[in-house]
Amino acid sequence: MYTTELSKQPNVQSIEDPERLAAFEARVAADEFIEPKDWMPEAYRRTLTRQISQHAHSEIVGMLPEGNWITRAPSLRRKAILLAKVQDEAGHGLYLYCAAETLGTSREEMIEALHSGKAKYSTIFNYPTLTWADIPAIGWLVDGAAIMNQVPLQRTSYGPYARAMVRVCKEESFHQRQGYEAMTSLANGTPEQKRMAQDAFNRWWWPSLMMFGPPDENSPNTAQSLRWRIKRETNDELRQKFVDITVPQAEYLGLTVPDPDLKWNEAKGGYDFGAIDWDEFYAVVRGEGPVARERMTARREAWESNAWVREAAAAHEAKRRQRAAA
Amino acid sequence: MPSLPPIRPEDVATAEKIRPDGAFDAPSDAHDPVRAGYLLRLGDDSLILGQRLSEWCGHAPSVEVDLSLANMALDLIGQATLLLGEAGDADSLAFKRDVLDFRNCWLVEQPNGDFARTMVRQLLFSTWQHMLYQRLTGSRDEALAGIAAKAVKEVAYHRELAAEWVIRLGDGTEESRERTLDGLGWCWRFVPELFEVDDEVEQAVAAGIAADPREFEAEYRAEIARVLGEAGLPVPNDQRPILGGRRGHHSEHLGHLLAIMQYLPRTYPDAKW
Ligand SMILES: [Fe+2]
Ligand SMILES: [Fe+2]
Ligand SMILES: [Fe+2]
Repeated sequence: MYTTELSKQPNVQSIEDPERLAAFEARVAADEFIEPKDWMPEAYRRTLTRQISQHAHSEIVGMLPEGNWITRAPSLRRKAILLAKVQDEAGHGLYLYCAAETLGTSREEMIEALHSGKAKYSTIFNYPTLTWADIPAIGWLVDGAAIMNQVPLQRTSYGPYARAMVRVCKEESFHQRQGYEAMTSLANGTPEQKRMAQDAFNRWWWPSLMMFGPPDENSPNTAQSLRWRIKRETNDELRQKFVDITVPQAEYLGLTVPDPDLKWNEAKGGYDFGAIDWDEFYAVVRGEGPVARERMTARREAWESNAWVREAAAAHEAKRRQRAAA
Repeated sequence: MPSLPPIRPEDVATAEKIRPDGAFDAPSDAHDPVRAGYLLRLGDDSLILGQRLSEWCGHAPSVEVDLSLANMALDLIGQATLLLGEAGDADSLAFKRDVLDFRNCWLVEQPNGDFARTMVRQLLFSTWQHMLYQRLTGSRDEALAGIAAKAVKEVAYHRELAAEWVIRLGDGTEESRERTLDGLGWCWRFVPELFEVDDEVEQAVAAGIAADPREFEAEYRAEIARVLGEAGLPVPNDQRPILGGRRGHHSEHLGHLLAIMQYLPRTYPDAKW
């Protein structure tokens, strides 16, 4: 999941028929899947559409930072792995757009919302990939955080989303493994490679922690989303899990976590870590990330400068049908 | 000479482990420059076109097209890895040679241009590659025959995909038709090079390694004419062939492509990735 969690509180009790709502809530509480044809509260539909389309957009925009290095990957093997990974991300975008479409919003509308800035995508992709080490760092940390978010979503209440997540999660674990493996080569490599690795780790660590969204006390939808099984764990719970798993991995690589306050807390059986710069997070959500403009320009240009291709395909299809009918 | 015991797999593994970095990787037929030269031509075609296609990543007309372009790029990089691996050390060959030692044809190094040019280039190349690889599955060189047998299925799909797009674009809107004609005009100059048979190819054909492309030139031209016909596009007039790629004389574009592709291994020659 790559949501920014910056949504208005869904207003549940408004206009819905209380009986239907109660039946719906009971089904969700019993861990049944809700399917496209089933009745659902408007707010559930809206929240899910926003969450799934945001996730889809993140997969697609996320192709850009990594695509930036495909042509410069340092070996044939790394090039093939990176191509395969970015291709997977395009596939994830596709399943997720399809899942969101089952809720009644067309892909064109969703893409329009992305390009107009109305729809959000994960803040993480508004940071630049400066050196090759950013590619391993993204696989290890960003895909790692994504998995942490997505594994529980395989049991999310909306059937098409849950099923999309099952497919996505299978591929995400390959993404994380390839990232960690590539990071291992750098961390055991020449002094220049070690420097690259540490620098990338320094830059991606905090944005990765921000991927879990605002702290629970500032996450207005969490309670509702948990109740609806759109979310299954809170932002802070997932973030803690991520830190606890990732810190030993960094130590194994000989990398220093860029957090002077990081300390093992025996009592809680997890790490304490320093304060996250939420001002930075909210600024990036507002579109002030270092390469936000580049990302949106690239997406809009790809869409607009190739509009003629989509028009041609539609025109040809229409002609073909006409000929077949004649 | 007394017969020797067979080499045990565990000995090979040990030898592999203690081999110093950068030690000479003996090609399987180090003594056979004809074979190696032919493999380089095939491998470089795949590598350079795969590199070009991967430039589209994230910028294609739709998510579906992004997927199919990445998929083709991945197939081509895979072919290059196998073919160059038969000619020597694949990574050194890909990342440490300069333009004069690249053996790919001019067609594959052409810049992507717009989507129409990319698809025309793909049609012209993949149709040729498909016909060639069908024949190479019968190569006397077992390694090459095996690579061709695997690749021919991938290439059949590339060929089909490109033909479908050229038809869609040629028979789409006025704009897409114009763009496809432009792409055809750009790429057509490089078709004759695909059928050029120089001494090296002649020797590889004689050795039973290579296929003679002249055998399927008529079939190729008929197939391209069929696709263009379906697209409602005229077959361009032939002009004086542009040749030289097979001998290391390329367009200006290749040097820039290599500068990007090779920058890391050249900047950090001691690094392993
Ligand atoms: Fe994801
Ligand atoms: Fe993904
Ligand atoms: Fe991923």
